Amino acid sequence: MTDSIRLTTTQAAFFAANGYIELTSVVPESLNRRFIDAMNAGDRREDGSPENLAKLSHLGRLIAESDIPAVPAGTPLYDALGVGTVLGDIVRLPKIQGAIESLVGSNCLLDHHFVHVANGPRAYGNNPQVSQHLHQDSTIDPRVFTFDIQLFYFPHEVTQEMGGTRFVPGTHLRIVSESSVARYQNMLGQRHISCPAGTVFVMHHGIWHGGEVNRTNLTRFLYKLRLNPTEPQVRLWDTTDLLGQESQQRPIFFVKERPDPESVASILTRPLPWFENDTGRIEYIQRIRFWRKLIGDQSFDADYWATRLECDPCSFGA
Amino acid sequence: MVLYLANSSLDARTVGWSMYDGTSQKRYMPGDADEPPYPNGLEALKDGWRLFQASQLVDRNQGDEFRLGHLKYEFFFEKMVDCD
Repeated sequence: MTDSIRLTTTQAAFFAANGYIELTSVVPESLNRRFIDAMNAGDRREDGSPENLAKLSHLGRLIAESDIPAVPAGTPLYDALGVGTVLGDIVRLPKIQGAIESLVGSNCLLDHHFVHVANGPRAYGNNPQVSQHLHQDSTIDPRVFTFDIQLFYFPHEVTQEMGGTRFVPGTHLRIVSESSVARYQNMLGQRHISCPAGTVFVMHHGIWHGGEVNRTNLTRFLYKLRLNPTEPQVRLWDTTDLLGQESQQRPIFFVKERPDPESVASILTRPLPWFENDTGRIEYIQRIRFWRKLIGDQSFDADYWATRLECDPCSFGA
Repeated sequence: MVLYLANSSLDARTVGWSMYDGTSQKRYMPGDADEPPYPNGLEALKDGWRLFQASQLVDRNQGDEFRLGHLKYEFFFEKMVDCD
């Protein structure tokens, strides 16, 4: 393995604003194959035959008997998944290890992992299935800007018909209680993951998401890995491109040139389709506060959203 | 039908939506559409839907002004249809 490749400041800001990083085809085919073989899932076809149904009904047991280890919650990641094991080799891929280190540090803990299996209609006698309700994982999480990450690893190609995970970018800073958001069937800007084999999404723990119906005759797999930080999540990414971006205000509303769309301020103040008019602006403020935490600089602001609220001359000397 | 609008006005744009069909003619589910059934609540009224509930406008408590959670502007509609 070579050295890890940490996120850039632009990627870190994108994560702060949207709650995820997409690493397309980051796992090579040889490792994807090893992972699928480790799950005893080399043949993903579902033909509805009695033999096939019997096999599918025992898939959970097959996975339990596989080389995927059961890990006590809170085990250091790199102790839990050793070098030479398929998962150990995956989390040590330079871009994956770099993303992990950039967000939850080098000494993060393995909270839990799981293999999600989505069968197609033949596994259910062609009875209609429904997609999973929108939810946040775990439970209500009141931590202020400290966060876990979850890796969503798709070891084979996922097409739209296979119903990959649906998620709503930018929902990660909303504090809700697990499936209390289930009433929302659809939101503008929602994404349905379809991706080539070996793609990994690195998600903030708070992102609203749900599994979608698999309409094909191929079993769909998703490996999910939750990681906790053990150190302050401050400037953990490659910050060589951070200098000069921290605290410089720029003209707002009346401007004479188009702002740099790749600047941190632009990324943090870019609305998402589902934003409400008023809370969309609070989203900007929360993103700014999140970024302040991530860079360890309470003076940072983007487009004056925080500064004007903090300007209170009457409080001076109070 | 539940519409989530961009502000408290019924003619604000739709940002989220859910459909539940009590006639069993169609099964709606999470993630089944990327475009809303109506661009705003007023268009739903024009199409025969009856608004029967809207979320209250709740003032923020001091110190809680910036906490974000559920969508704020929720409007419940119903439509009666003939079914055998």
